[in-house]
Amino acid sequence: MNNTNLYHYILGIADNSLILGQRMGELCGHGPSLETDIACTNISLDLFGQVRSYYQYAAKIANDGRTEDDIAMLRKEREYVNVLLAEQPNTDFAYTMARHFLFDVYHFLFLTELQKSKDLTLAAIATKSLKEVSYHQRFSTDWIKRLGDGTEESHQRMQNAINDLWTYTDELFHQTDADKAMVAEGIGVDVTRLKAAYYDKVNAILEEATLSIPESKYFQKGGKKGIHTEHMGYLLTELQYMQRTYPNMEW
Amino acid sequence: MITSQQHIDPKLIAILETVSDPEIPVLSIMDMGVVRTAIIEDEVVKVQITPTYSGCPAMDVIGDDIKKALQDAGYKSEVELILTPAWTTDWITPRGRKALEDYGIAAPLGPEADKDVLLHGKRLVKCPQCGSINTKMVSQFGSTACKAQFQCEDCLEPFDYFKCLK
Repeated sequence: MNNTNLYHYILGIADNSLILGQRMGELCGHGPSLETDIACTNISLDLFGQVRSYYQYAAKIANDGRTEDDIAMLRKEREYVNVLLAEQPNTDFAYTMARHFLFDVYHFLFLTELQKSKDLTLAAIATKSLKEVSYHQRFSTDWIKRLGDGTEESHQRMQNAINDLWTYTDELFHQTDADKAMVAEGIGVDVTRLKAAYYDKVNAILEEATLSIPESKYFQKGGKKGIHTEHMGYLLTELQYMQRTYPNMEW
Repeated sequence: MITSQQHIDPKLIAILETVSDPEIPVLSIMDMGVVRTAIIEDEVVKVQITPTYSGCPAMDVIGDDIKKALQDAGYKSEVELILTPAWTTDWITPRGRKALEDYGIAAPLGPEADKDVLLHGKRLVKCPQCGSINTKMVSQFGSTACKAQFQCEDCLEPFDYFKCLK
């Protein structure tokens, strides 16, 4: 492969959307109401659509005979480089929305910058995806406010979710070697520079939702290096079930 | 060079107008604005289409339907999916907007009005059944990625609103 860094850089972006999309898709038929069920699966579909564009491009860069499906479905756990936040489970609807919100704010800032990439394929995917992600961000932000500034019970549950998931936010701003190489070439986004804007925005919305901003300074990391939480194996088992049971099947 | 211009050979327009979005059968892909290029090169029709939403599952079907329609008209064709420039609801033609309304889907408003409707609950979307604007949003996400769910408070009918995408 001529451009290993670019390949890994694309996976770093795409894996977040794949794994988060899988989590949102789990709510298909299980959402708390028909409307939220449809919304979560719509969001999942947007994310999978974006992922296809990224993996098609990654397959072209890798140029080793693998297709977008092989890259999406046939890697081992340690080869997925999504952030830990994306793989956290749907403990309850507050966790689902908190996880999505904490990712959406990042995703929006990230894609806004990626539009300026010197790599025209990545810039095109970013421009396309950003329109969709602005809807995702509206949806999750609404739920943060609605549950945070809702009943005593909904407030407490949303606060618990934010407190638990907070520990995974800092990893969003860690750079891998591939990130650094791509930033130097004007292709990648320097995520370290998104951090201040991210916490400003998240904190403002939490305050509006009458939630307290967690004070913990302890942060979990590892996903970007392929070292995942205990939830990842179960997620992949479901995601990869068909390909492992019926190898090379298509529909 | 990024351009929002379409390049369509006039000979092909009538053929392409017979292909419709499988999820909104009244709307031809030409009126939807997803066909960006259709030119004849060395007796092969080269078609470029752009998705409305990244995950739109209709794109594969639309690609196959285009090939079939062109084949029936005696052309060989190649269909390519492009992402730039990104599709916008501005590319839906006036005839397409009317087809949506007749079918029971409210056509997209402008981006500012869209924001007022989806974020601040203003009543601007016209009910495609009775024409009242006394309508409310039920959910920002509807039966497909491109639509939101609405309900008319006068005739009580639920309906889809085609979200503005810029």
